[in-house]
Amino acid sequence: MFYRVSGQFKTSYESDMALFPIRQDAVLLGVILLAMYVVFPLFASEFTFKALLVPVMIYSLAAMGLNILTGFAGQLSLGTAGFMGVGAYACYKLTTIFPEMNVVVALLLSGCFSAMVGVAFGLPSLRIKGFYLAIATLASQFFLVWLFEKWAWLYNYNASGAIEVRTMDFFGLVVTGPTAAPVTQYYFVLVIVSLITFCMINLTRGRYGRLWKAVRDMDIAAELVGINLMRAKLSAFAVSSYVVGVAGAMLVFFWKGAAEPNLFDIPLSFQVLFIAIIGGLGSILGNFLGAILIVALPVLLNFVPGLIGVEVNSATLEHVNVMVVGALIVGFLIAEPHGLARLWALIREKLIIWPFPH
Amino acid sequence: MSVMERPEVVESAAVSPAQEPQKREVLLDLANVSLSFGGVKAINNISFDIQRGEVRAIIGPNGAGKTSMLNVINGFYQPQEGQITFKGERRTQMKPHLAVSQGIARTFQNVALFKGMSTLDNIMTGRSTRMRQNMFWQLLYYGPAQREEIAHRKRVEEIIDFLEIAHIRHTPVGKLPYGLQKRVELARALAMEPELLLLDEPMAGMNLEEKEDMSRFIIDVNEQLGTTIALIEHDMGVVMDLSDRVVVLDYGRKIADGPPDEVQANQEVIDAYLGVSH
Repeated sequence: MFYRVSGQFKTSYESDMALFPIRQDAVLLGVILLAMYVVFPLFASEFTFKALLVPVMIYSLAAMGLNILTGFAGQLSLGTAGFMGVGAYACYKLTTIFPEMNVVVALLLSGCFSAMVGVAFGLPSLRIKGFYLAIATLASQFFLVWLFEKWAWLYNYNASGAIEVRTMDFFGLVVTGPTAAPVTQYYFVLVIVSLITFCMINLTRGRYGRLWKAVRDMDIAAELVGINLMRAKLSAFAVSSYVVGVAGAMLVFFWKGAAEPNLFDIPLSFQVLFIAIIGGLGSILGNFLGAILIVALPVLLNFVPGLIGVEVNSATLEHVNVMVVGALIVGFLIAEPHGLARLWALIREKLIIWPFPH
Repeated sequence: MSVMERPEVVESAAVSPAQEPQKREVLLDLANVSLSFGGVKAINNISFDIQRGEVRAIIGPNGAGKTSMLNVINGFYQPQEGQITFKGERRTQMKPHLAVSQGIARTFQNVALFKGMSTLDNIMTGRSTRMRQNMFWQLLYYGPAQREEIAHRKRVEEIIDFLEIAHIRHTPVGKLPYGLQKRVELARALAMEPELLLLDEPMAGMNLEEKEDMSRFIIDVNEQLGTTIALIEHDMGVVMDLSDRVVVLDYGRKIADGPPDEVQANQEVIDAYLGVSH
């Protein structure tokens, strides 16, 4: 009913290739952005920022990075958390070595370090594929966490072995450390995530997106249409690790405030991978849907017993949560193996032609 | 089976004298090429040439080395012996993506499209070697990257028109019937604007109507775009109608080379196809 495409004609290739060929999509996005930029900051509580909005966005970004590599370029990676750690530690070192450096600049630069590490660990992908590559990235995961623990220079020889984010300001506004207001941090995360998302949409709909998808779908044919496989794969590793690294740096600087090496251990890798798979591989939107399901749902489920008037102790609640989320994941994967993004695409297709069946 | 009336093809070639001197220029020359995998000789001391503007068929029974021949031409395999000269330049080490930038495109025996992408995107990948805008402009999209995208889209739309696949432009190729997939693959090869187009069994598994369509497109590509074509095909009617010259392979050796009617009458070719009583 709301999706009516009649009367929207395309008269140029430009409009046919537009980000939103259908006007209603643009309106929908406008509403979401309005909510994110205006409505939530006005009404949301500190808890909502810290436990819901900021984590969802950071996890979405990390999953987006992984999706570039796994969903678009078809290179399975189990080392996401390691690369997030590289971003976080690089940002930490940058801000301690150059105390005058603007925190946002440090954040965006730290992605470059994880990109370099990503390319280095991506080199095996030129020779091996599939499960074997997954094992190679798993090795990078273990190696990096080991490095975070053993290389004391990385955490400035702290006795605790952890990195702690000091208070930093952005032109007078306190953005990191314990005194920073959650709403300020929320805005910084929101702007950076919006910008990177915009860039990733552009990248994936243009020449690089086609290169990556060609490599994913049939690498031999890709080579024979003139695609340099090495460049395509390594560019995917670089872009992916950059995004993942920035997400990791934000995780520590704008959310956790401190981090120990084991934060970047394999459970985090798996969580990001789950988000990407459940959201939908090869989709940008899917990462956000997946992060909402995986990160926000457990938080929201905490309130359900209270709402229906049942008292449950918190330990039981925790277990029930894990079970419910686990069942949901299995259910979703059976019902729609291509993820939430595909589910939304199908709903949208139906809405466009509704009330007619086809 | 007469797919296209052969006299017409001959006539058009004979009527335009401008094409005659052009046809004598050798585009690709293979001299004493041998390729073996371990102990198996896939190609054994073969020499032939492809002249600019012609349709050159490569035929032979199964396992004769035809596809290996195409793989040698576009650099997928490195021959152990012999030399290859393309556009007057002797080729040394070769990579497939370099062959593309030199002007050699190909299609595959089994359709090798990118299943997850739309028809349009598949054809656009054929333009990727010609796209220049770097990562920075790609990130921004609006500006140079978009202009480049639109310029290439225009060329791709011309090819889409040429091959009459406008109606499936936005369809994911995995959903297309086989005949159309083959046509999209041809479109992708044409998007590379090749000088030499290698077609590996373009009509395999097609019905009569689809074969006629494909033959028409091959002739159009050859005559209107002036593309030189090397063609592997099992349908002898098609081969005899389309090609200017035919080379016949059997067990990795060349057994005949010449105009279609001459090859057809060659005793060794008949023996290779029909077998000989011992």
